[in-house]
Amino acid sequence: MKEELIISGRMNYKVDPTLHIWGWEIPLYLFLGGLAAGILFFAALYYLRGKENQYQFAVKWVPMFAPFFLIIGLGALFLDLHHKLYFWRLYTSIKLQSPMSWGAWTLMVVTPLSLVWSATYVRELYPKWDWKLKWIFDLEAFLIKNRRILAWIMIVYAVILGIYTGILLSAFNARPLWNTSILGPLFLVSGLSAGAAMIMMLSKNPLERIKFSQIDLLLIAIELALIIHMFMGFRASTQVQIDAGAMFLGGPYTLPFWIFVVFMGMILPAFLEFWELKGNHVPSYIPGVLIIFGSVMLRFIIVYAGQASRYLY
Amino acid sequence: MRYAMAVDTKKCVGCSDCVVACQTENNVPIGYCRDWIVEVTDGTYPQLELEIRSERCNHCDNSPCVRCCPTGASHYSDGGIVLVTHDKCIGCGACIASCPYDARYPHPDGYVDKCTFCIHRVQKGQKPACVEVCPTKCMYFGDLDDPNSDVSKVLKKRKYKTLIPEAGTKPQLYFLI
Ligand code: SF4
Ligand code: SF4
Repeated sequence: MKEELIISGRMNYKVDPTLHIWGWEIPLYLFLGGLAAGILFFAALYYLRGKENQYQFAVKWVPMFAPFFLIIGLGALFLDLHHKLYFWRLYTSIKLQSPMSWGAWTLMVVTPLSLVWSATYVRELYPKWDWKLKWIFDLEAFLIKNRRILAWIMIVYAVILGIYTGILLSAFNARPLWNTSILGPLFLVSGLSAGAAMIMMLSKNPLERIKFSQIDLLLIAIELALIIHMFMGFRASTQVQIDAGAMFLGGPYTLPFWIFVVFMGMILPAFLEFWELKGNHVPSYIPGVLIIFGSVMLRFIIVYAGQASRYLY
Repeated sequence: MRYAMAVDTKKCVGCSDCVVACQTENNVPIGYCRDWIVEVTDGTYPQLELEIRSERCNHCDNSPCVRCCPTGASHYSDGGIVLVTHDKCIGCGACIASCPYDARYPHPDGYVDKCTFCIHRVQKGQKPACVEVCPTKCMYFGDLDDPNSDVSKVLKKRKYKTLIPEAGTKPQLYFLI
């Protein structure tokens, strides 16, 4: 038997006895980033496919929430910082090797982009709206004319943002649970699925609701496949990753993960959506809320569990 | 120039003098430490083996903490010593999460702090406080590129290991075994 103890009484704040440097702020930030990425992705996608009138809510209405989500997310990130007055330092350098850095820059692009996108639809949705200044009308006309370009930039940045929420964690090889490249695609798909759920809940058009319910079914299937793949990877890897996987396969995170994330956040809503597509009536907010709940829980559980997973030496 | 440290696990008695010396020398806030003692007990009674190590930041050659830092606050300084520039650090914690040795902590003043190999002493030609104070003289410090430095000489003579080499960080804290 091998036992390792720190005998000089180390109890560093937020590091001992197990790392807990990141509390609720980072998972919330990752969730809101993913949700906004999902919303913007579908808005741009259906605009580019020429369906802006068919899927009005997805293209025109729901994106209005995205800037708020992104700003609240950035606010959560700010709260997490220990040296808050130096926040601006994030934007005095670009370090491509640091996901925290290019992620912060991605947000700096996506947040204004999402605002601009929504602004170009304001007068269409609220005909009484008046921009007051002539140059804003000119700018609006220019942007509306170039919406295609805007949509292309937005779709690319939405994918980058969605993947970033996972890569932020997977770049840390010190935490074996996070150190899997599945986390990028998994968080991206989870964000897309939360975005689709939001559209499905808010849309007043039954055809649009059905469409996004089908999309969600597909995304949930992909998520489940990625989760299985992730655990297969852990099981087949080195001891530290076998241990990381074991936290969810019998260890302390087993029940919260499989019940809140997989059952309540994926299998149950998938079943309800399937049931509805078969012609039964299910209020669309039930699967919607469940999917969003699962998406939140996924971030929280992975962020917390990852900090408890480590190398023992 | 490549500064490194070697700790003799056969000589260390775990007295924690190095921990206190560091706290005093570097004004480490109460309740925090930049170095610490690990005791490893291996086997079953009566076949027990004991290893005692004085640990600190490994001043890795391939530091994940420097790589993850979004602002460049964590950087390589003279001789590969990994340092944090206080007024560039936003306290995001990325480096803390990225260090496999848990060598860093958020300082109460907001920035992230850790062992500096006492660079302020080293630049004056002195040894780090922990090395200086050790009553068993179990620590060796110096430049690996200089074959006559304490650390180069002892690493030539003795068997050694580093901690979690599989994490790929290329640690520069050597443990003589
Ligand atoms: S031990 Fe940790 S803090 Fe020190 S250089 Fe290596 S990774 Fe960075
Ligand atoms: S806490 Fe400071 S030193 Fe560490 S990664 Fe963030 S900005 Fe860099």
